Amino acid sequence: MIQSVLIANRGEIARRVIRTARRLGVRTIAVYSEADADAPHVHEADEAVLIGPAAARESYLLPEKILAAAKATGAQAIHPGYGFLSENAAFARAVTDAGLVWIGPPPSAITAMGLKDAAKALMIEAGVPTTPGYLGDDQSEERLSDEAAKIGFPVLIKAVAGGGGKGMRKVEAAEDFIAALGSCRREASASFGDDRVLLEKYVTRPRHIEVQVFGDNHGEVVHLFERDCSLQRRHQKVIEEAPAPGMDAATRAAVCEAAVKAAKAVNYVGAGTVEFIADASEGLRADRIWFMEMNTRLQVEHPVTEAVTGQDLVEWQLRVASGEPLPLKQEALSINGWAMEARLYAENPATGFLPSTGPLDHFRLPDHIRVDSAVEEGGDVTPFYDPMIAKLIVHGSTREAAAAELADACRHVEVWPVKTNAAFLARCADHPDFVAGRVDTGFIEARIDALIATVEPSEDAKAAAVAALLSQAEDDVSPWSPAEGLAGFRLNRRDRAPVRLVHDGKVVEAAVPGEVEADVLLGEDGEIVLFEGGEALVFSAPRAHATGEGGGASDGAVRSPMPGKIVSISVKAGDAVTKGQALLVLEAMKMEHALTAPFDGVVAELAATTGAQVSEGITLARLEPAA
Amino acid sequence: MPKLKSAIDSKGEAFARNAEANRRLADQLHERVAAAALGGPEASRTRHASRGKLLPRDRVERLLDPGAPFLEIGQLAAFGLYGDEAPGAGVIAGVGRVSGREVMIVANDPTVKGGAYFPLTVKKHLRAQEIAQQNRLPCIYLVDSGGANLPHQAEVFPDRDHFGRIFFNQARMSAEGIAQIACVMGSCTAGGAYVPAMSDETVIVRNQGTIFLGGPPLVKAATGEVISAEELGGADTHGRKSGVVDHVAENDEHALEIVRSIVANLNTTKTVNMDVREPKDPAFDPEELYGVVPTDVRAPYDVREVIARIVDGSEFDEFKALYGTTLVCGFARIWGYPVAILANNGVLFSESALKGAHFIELACKRKIPLVFLQNISGFMVGGKYEAGGIAKDGAKLVTAVASANVPKFTVLIGGSFGAGNYGMCGRAYSPRFLFTWPNSRISVMGGEQAASVLATIKRDGMEAKGEDWPAADEEAFKDPIRARYEAEGDPYFASARLWDDGIIDPPQTRDVLGLAISASLNAPVPDTTFGIFRM
Repeated sequence: MIQSVLIANRGEIARRVIRTARRLGVRTIAVYSEADADAPHVHEADEAVLIGPAAARESYLLPEKILAAAKATGAQAIHPGYGFLSENAAFARAVTDAGLVWIGPPPSAITAMGLKDAAKALMIEAGVPTTPGYLGDDQSEERLSDEAAKIGFPVLIKAVAGGGGKGMRKVEAAEDFIAALGSCRREASASFGDDRVLLEKYVTRPRHIEVQVFGDNHGEVVHLFERDCSLQRRHQKVIEEAPAPGMDAATRAAVCEAAVKAAKAVNYVGAGTVEFIADASEGLRADRIWFMEMNTRLQVEHPVTEAVTGQDLVEWQLRVASGEPLPLKQEALSINGWAMEARLYAENPATGFLPSTGPLDHFRLPDHIRVDSAVEEGGDVTPFYDPMIAKLIVHGSTREAAAAELADACRHVEVWPVKTNAAFLARCADHPDFVAGRVDTGFIEARIDALIATVEPSEDAKAAAVAALLSQAEDDVSPWSPAEGLAGFRLNRRDRAPVRLVHDGKVVEAAVPGEVEADVLLGEDGEIVLFEGGEALVFSAPRAHATGEGGGASDGAVRSPMPGKIVSISVKAGDAVTKGQALLVLEAMKMEHALTAPFDGVVAELAATTGAQVSEGITLARLEPAA
Repeated sequence: MPKLKSAIDSKGEAFARNAEANRRLADQLHERVAAAALGGPEASRTRHASRGKLLPRDRVERLLDPGAPFLEIGQLAAFGLYGDEAPGAGVIAGVGRVSGREVMIVANDPTVKGGAYFPLTVKKHLRAQEIAQQNRLPCIYLVDSGGANLPHQAEVFPDRDHFGRIFFNQARMSAEGIAQIACVMGSCTAGGAYVPAMSDETVIVRNQGTIFLGGPPLVKAATGEVISAEELGGADTHGRKSGVVDHVAENDEHALEIVRSIVANLNTTKTVNMDVREPKDPAFDPEELYGVVPTDVRAPYDVREVIARIVDGSEFDEFKALYGTTLVCGFARIWGYPVAILANNGVLFSESALKGAHFIELACKRKIPLVFLQNISGFMVGGKYEAGGIAKDGAKLVTAVASANVPKFTVLIGGSFGAGNYGMCGRAYSPRFLFTWPNSRISVMGGEQAASVLATIKRDGMEAKGEDWPAADEEAFKDPIRARYEAEGDPYFASARLWDDGIIDPPQTRDVLGLAISASLNAPVPDTTFGIFRM
């Protein structure tokens, strides 16, 4: 067994590798960028080496920095994690050239699978089913029609030189093919000056199925069954599970066998994933699952495979890299129950899933399930790397149980003030179609409105917010007042006056709770934060925005404060101005007085001219508030 | 502290009968208060709201701290008066909490006859100021009023306790360091203009609040000048030129927020030099008061049953339990505050009066607030008692009550007749707050007694002239007297005229007293020097 390993990665995967390495007594060396100086993986490793500034291309993506760190620390092996340099064949070669152990497949396998077209050809040769299609020099109508019929409708005609949807046609039936081909060619010719087309199988209900494979240095390759990663948003996996719903034993055997064949075709060693696209319009069928590509590394979603097989894939990686045979033979592997993983991202579903960065003042994840997290409370989410901050992994005896537990886990995510997709994840896992196993890669897009809908806070949440607001108000109250017990007291009314709160920009009313254990956070400016369904709900007292200026709000007129001469004007009518911006300068009493915009707005009127002498109180400009 | 026991059978028939009757009275109270709370006619309210203005009650609600209690006074002022066109006398007043500080809020209701001041509007406004002054509560005036109600000018303008007194009070309170804050949210005309002008700090709402001594019509009549209300006395005029206001707000909510900031900057603290404990609910449900109290004020019952449903933990340390037993005296706590309670348990005898005077001396020496639970037909009359000096003993009690400088609180829980009203801290004895129950009665004597006294005098006169007075005639003579006493002794008749600070639902008594005591403790509790006790 290797003695030490440098993890050329960060975040949850670095911590994940450290965990197993530590258990096996392998010394761990972390590398980190300046932005990650205080990151958990740095603290958890036995040693850590600073490799550069925050930007990945200046740190985590620099092979020489990694190798220097390995050399400096005497690391025996390098684990690349996923992403970054994990599928960089040149780096893998450099590692082995430096006399270090590369925890991954041989560079040749990486290269073979890295070139997608070549990989596909290789797979066809190895007898692995690939997506039917045609890309050939013979562009005659007859040939193309024949190929289309072979592929089976619906078929996609694409311009070879195409992109962005231009010169693309979906053809449902053979009789429409010639006409569609014609128009496609004309468009391709007009747009790209090249009328060549290629044909592809159009997959009506695509599902993403992948198979975990493992090879060792003794020529052995096993599979650890499949995963389904169909729940995606813009090609980003959201929820993964193992096994795949609706996969019968025969289909499983076929696809897993194909995966092993694929791995063997490139003399694969270590952990790899063979990705397939399945046409699920009539359920999963062995003849409708086609090779897409192979990922020559450990996958983000490997924990679901670990959960159902009971194996530690990082341990397998370390053992295989140490030259040991695979820990288990194929016959010894089996699927136990059902596992699911949800990827928790620091992003805001309400703003089109824009990344959300900042401090993690509050970061609580369920503690009764497996959580692989990149960060901890008190840490930061920086804008430099992938916004995935944790993976929530559940394991149940059935798919329904796993889905329910996953939804529950997502609902119990508490993160503030960074926003996360937890509520979105919970709604995905709760969705009846998901629970029923009706998944495909278009699942999220088809239901996006419901999945990101904002829901009203529950009565319990409002009650807790009121309780918090009241106890907050109490801090301001003299201790000598019966404030608590008489909250909302009104004379000759049997009920208590409701309390007004602002949530999501709207005023909501809530009853004064009898007794509520208000487990809330107090944000800046006294805002009350509580968590419901994975969402941080923010409440505040309904307060109008006082201007904070003794004079009060402005009517928009900018008047001469005293008699004087206008010496300069820096705006013209119609200009947009911001509050405090100098509009013009008045000279009076040997002093220059800048007259500024009282609020953000537009100069509606400008009644001043440079050099003019004005008396006091003359309206020189008039602003209208910005629309 | 010993816990009071209850001899009441809450499953019994008498309890059920009382409860039913008293609940009916409470329901009637709630209905009447709710009706008055609406303010002016629906059309006025709709018109008001359509201008983007908040209704006065919503202004008060928005001004208060979230969840703050609000102890309203004079809810039923002018009830049944002015053709029932002035609910609440057109002004909302009460003690609430703003920016953590207990304050007196006075809000004109412009939906009630334009917020004009009827005689009782003036009286309620002055009463609110009196409470503020006695208890050192900053005053917030939410002004939206056309000024004095001209048809009633003779009862509004000239006398000491008329309109001018409002400004007198503002100046005096300002001098005493009791902040005067005005928020002009509507008209503020003529004399009304002095409310903001006399305030320490003033807010006005743009395009909504106006302040002028004479409105546009008067200006036109007097000088021929044609000028709009906004130009004459609007936010810009007063915010930029005259300096009559200090803050200009965009709308009602903004204005109220500015008021909250003003209060937050008052730099006042409430220090309570008193042994305050953690409050405890009474051991007996205050709702049971409905079943405890007989609806006939003449029916006797043990007032300790009432005390047990008002005080913390129903714990009561009785003083001189064996002496002067018709006046129950003892120490207890209400919402954690120590209180000295005097409660009638029958007619006042010399001993009861002496005991009460002694007890008040104790409370004053110890600086404990006094709570009077009034249910009194009067002092005992008759030869034996006059000879025994009931007059001078009664006077001792009255002297003690009048002299006591600790905060005093009175609740009329039953009858309030004759000198008993004085000995038990009636309105004339300046309790900080005085509330009544819906079952209470107040008059110089009972209707029956009054009718009999007057009939006896008349009969004596007729008999002296040798005339005969048939019994039927006597009854005909007595009937209207009884009827009049009946009408005028009604708590609504009293409350409409602001003889009290409001009729309250009995189960709320403890809360009302808690809030009243809390408010009173904003002022230091002074020492008491008693007058001469006639020995």
